Amino acid sequence: MSVLQKINPDVKLMKQLEYAFMAKLAIHIKEQLRKGVKKPYKTIIDVSFGDPHKAGVKPLTFARQVIAACTYPKLMNSDKLPLDAKQRAQWLLDRCPGQSVGSYTATAGIPETVHKISAFITRRDGGAPSDPKNIFITAGSQWALMNILNVLVNKQASPRTGVLTPAPGHDKAVLSIVGMGGETIPYYLTEEQGWALQVEELQRALDSAQGVCKPVALYVINPGNPAGHVQSRKSIQEVIRFVSEKRLFLLADEVYQDCVQGENTEFVSYKRVLNEMGPPFSETVELASFHSVSKSVMGECGLRCGYVELVNVDPAVMKHIFTLFSKGSCSPVLGQIALDVMINPPQPGDPSYTLYNQETQHIRDMLIQNAKRVYEVVNSLPGLSCQPVDGGAFAFPRVFLPPKAIKKAKDLGMEPDTFYSVRLLEEAGVFVRPGCGYKQKKDTYHIRFCIMTPRDMMDELLGRLTSFHRKFMMDFA
Amino acid sequence: MNHGTALLWKRRALSSLSATRRGLPKEKMTENGVMSRAKVLTIDTMNPTVKKVEYAVRGPIVQRAVELERELSEGMKKPFAEVIRANIGDAHAMGQQPITFFRQVLALCSYPELLSDNTFPEDAKSRACRILQSCGGNSLGAYSASQGIDSVRHDVARYIERRDGGVPCDPDDIYLTTGASDGIVTMLKLLVCGEGAGRTGVMISIPQYPLYSAALAELGAVQINYYLNEEKCWSLDISELQRALDEARRYCNPRALCIINPGNPTGQVQSRECIEDVIRFAAKERLFLMADEVYQDNVYADGCQFHSFKKVLFEMGPEYSETVELASFHSTSKCYMGECGFRGGYMEIINMDEEVKAQLTKLLSVRLCPPVPGQALMDLVVNPPRPGEPSYDSFIKERTATLSALAEKAKLTEQVLNTVQGISCNPVQGAMYSFPRITIPDKAINEATDQGQLPDMFYCMKMLEETGICLVPGSGFGQKDGTYHFRMTILPPRDKLKILLNKVKEFHQKFTQQYS
Repeated sequence: MSVLQKINPDVKLMKQLEYAFMAKLAIHIKEQLRKGVKKPYKTIIDVSFGDPHKAGVKPLTFARQVIAACTYPKLMNSDKLPLDAKQRAQWLLDRCPGQSVGSYTATAGIPETVHKISAFITRRDGGAPSDPKNIFITAGSQWALMNILNVLVNKQASPRTGVLTPAPGHDKAVLSIVGMGGETIPYYLTEEQGWALQVEELQRALDSAQGVCKPVALYVINPGNPAGHVQSRKSIQEVIRFVSEKRLFLLADEVYQDCVQGENTEFVSYKRVLNEMGPPFSETVELASFHSVSKSVMGECGLRCGYVELVNVDPAVMKHIFTLFSKGSCSPVLGQIALDVMINPPQPGDPSYTLYNQETQHIRDMLIQNAKRVYEVVNSLPGLSCQPVDGGAFAFPRVFLPPKAIKKAKDLGMEPDTFYSVRLLEEAGVFVRPGCGYKQKKDTYHIRFCIMTPRDMMDELLGRLTSFHRKFMMDFA
Repeated sequence: MNHGTALLWKRRALSSLSATRRGLPKEKMTENGVMSRAKVLTIDTMNPTVKKVEYAVRGPIVQRAVELERELSEGMKKPFAEVIRANIGDAHAMGQQPITFFRQVLALCSYPELLSDNTFPEDAKSRACRILQSCGGNSLGAYSASQGIDSVRHDVARYIERRDGGVPCDPDDIYLTTGASDGIVTMLKLLVCGEGAGRTGVMISIPQYPLYSAALAELGAVQINYYLNEEKCWSLDISELQRALDEARRYCNPRALCIINPGNPTGQVQSRECIEDVIRFAAKERLFLMADEVYQDNVYADGCQFHSFKKVLFEMGPEYSETVELASFHSTSKCYMGECGFRGGYMEIINMDEEVKAQLTKLLSVRLCPPVPGQALMDLVVNPPRPGEPSYDSFIKERTATLSALAEKAKLTEQVLNTVQGISCNPVQGAMYSFPRITIPDKAINEATDQGQLPDMFYCMKMLEETGICLVPGSGFGQKDGTYHFRMTILPPRDKLKILLNKVKEFHQKFTQQYS
């Protein structure tokens, strides 16, 4: 019998069943296709992750030129790279110990890049000051979130530490919290109102925690994942007042701030609103806000880099947060380079400006078009409905499954939306994720798919979804 | 009384009531007289285990070094011209050059337009293509599977088989990680459980690399110290393992044994016999073995050889190879590559229960995937240029030059430090550090204690302020009570290292004199 028969029980509690099973199925189907097995499709459209490069969106040229020159500095002599890319690469290398991207950087990241991030935040937030000392560059936003949660969640506490989490909401934060011995307290977004966050629902969720756990933090995702809502200024103010009154630490996951598709929709950061609200809020509400190179138009998920800005955190606690980050050494340096470009891109007049602008605009237009098309097509199909995808990288349509289909799913021991998603994968070669992985209201079913894909892929996807869905609804009428 | 005055009176009357009676959140008066609301997250409300986490390699002495660097750059006068960071195992920071082939491939992967550039050798180009094909959308920017890119894991398995003289390796047992630290911390997270006397205990060498103590503190696990034998070149005695284990069994549930080979900070390279003994011990006492082998190419001393735990395990026959549960860790940060900034690593898991493995996979998936450039780099490390390929000669030349320079510096360090009265340095058999023992005069110990500092921290801080040399005190790694050490890297270029070592010598002599 294994020595490890007994393991950390919190790890066992982490739920992650559906995706692993579907991923295996996708691999199996890919194998079959490779072997020439006949199917109604030639390739799988994999939109199960928020991964634009995987879907075929191209990396931004300037960022990759800078990374290449930093990696292999002999390229500084090459005429293959524009002057500003070489200059940025040299500037960055000068700030890496030993002028190498193979060195560790300071724990919080390349110091000058950290300063640039604070300047970026201030520009973004209409002048709200940002202290570089409160910014940490990390190996992805989830890594940063895990460290902050680690400080908040007291495993030994009784009752357990609770964190309010959005429903629907992506599962990584939930898994982290549970894995650390904490409890999640779901608050439901209102689908009929474009997945809006209602403060009354926050209160209900908080009340439900009475006697169950001790809530210490509220986790919001804005723009949302999987729900594509973008919070209004008013909504953000309400949340800030709520956390202030109820004494909760605010965790604002803003990694999709660059992905805003809705007409007349604007992303405004929690930090900005907090600052605008002035004292006492601006001086007391404790906030951690997260950003990442994975989800901006850069889409550099594989480079693993993001940052967290901490606001109004107790200096004594900051010391410990620093120590936690320090034992992971530092973030991957190539990721830090991408981050440097993201928050400080080529400016008008720079040699690379035109191309950079073209490429980013192309991706933004692609997102806007995709969001529009998805909304139109999905809402035109009986049995499917989709809220406007104002922001974020995903659509989260609701599937009104016929009772026969629900029964079939239950007979197979599957969640109904998993059943629908499996069928969609097998019969149409479209790999989406079932809504049950995101905590949805009971007896509602959804699917989630990434909309950060090239236009033609999205059209193909919608075509396949339409045919499949009509047939499915007929089969189970 | 007019209305305004009445209001004023009312306000004054109200303000004299306590905050709680007014129903407002408690307010605190801070030292400078400013009213501040009690925070949600304070020293008292935060996760208590996090408070116990320390990581000396990037700890207070390093923070002071950073301050001094800033002061120097602002023109402040100091007794030294530069701060030398001999605290961290970062080879490139100290001038070591990267392997050209690796950087060529990675540049090509980052910006594939360069594939049309004739200044890149053909083998670098074909390698880049192969790597890109295994990435989603042919981009380093796509997520990989959370266990790591399939083809890279296969290549790692083949490397391990070659390294271990044919002992089979299953790619499914390979997990790519964000540096070795990611794998180590995740394994510990997985196995730490239980309460009270049943709380998981993990055995770790003293001295140790403080990632282990930090992770154990954070997880609230029990750290079980086994002492390496300084008099015998930091070797490991099984009797000491037994002693530590037997004692620990009284207050915790020992489940794992961690060993770093070649050692950090001590540099010892364990003999094959020793490794067999450790395996037998783990088998007998039913302990999960964690073998940190990130310095496996850094072996310098004559008569020393790296023996992988996996290889020895399998050569001991099925009684052990089919039962002992082992995780071994490697990284792209050390050896001859020194690519710390890429955060590449892997772990190989042997004989783990399938269900537990599924839990491990789940745990790793929370951080999505390891950095893809680091995975690409690991692929090159386990699969370097072969004889006949265009880049082979220069690759061998560069690797040999780097490793022999390290070997030379290891020897130099031992030699110079041993000429100093009051410093005694064991041979640096491997890894990247010296961990000499220093004699600190009683006067200094007292002054340190008066200042609330550990004696070796006091010593190292003084050295930093007077010479600009940043070392890490032995207390950051653990040492026998009443002994003091420091850890210094052997990484600066030879000539600089010589100067450094002489400065250390001078400082020690001066310090001893000052506190005699």
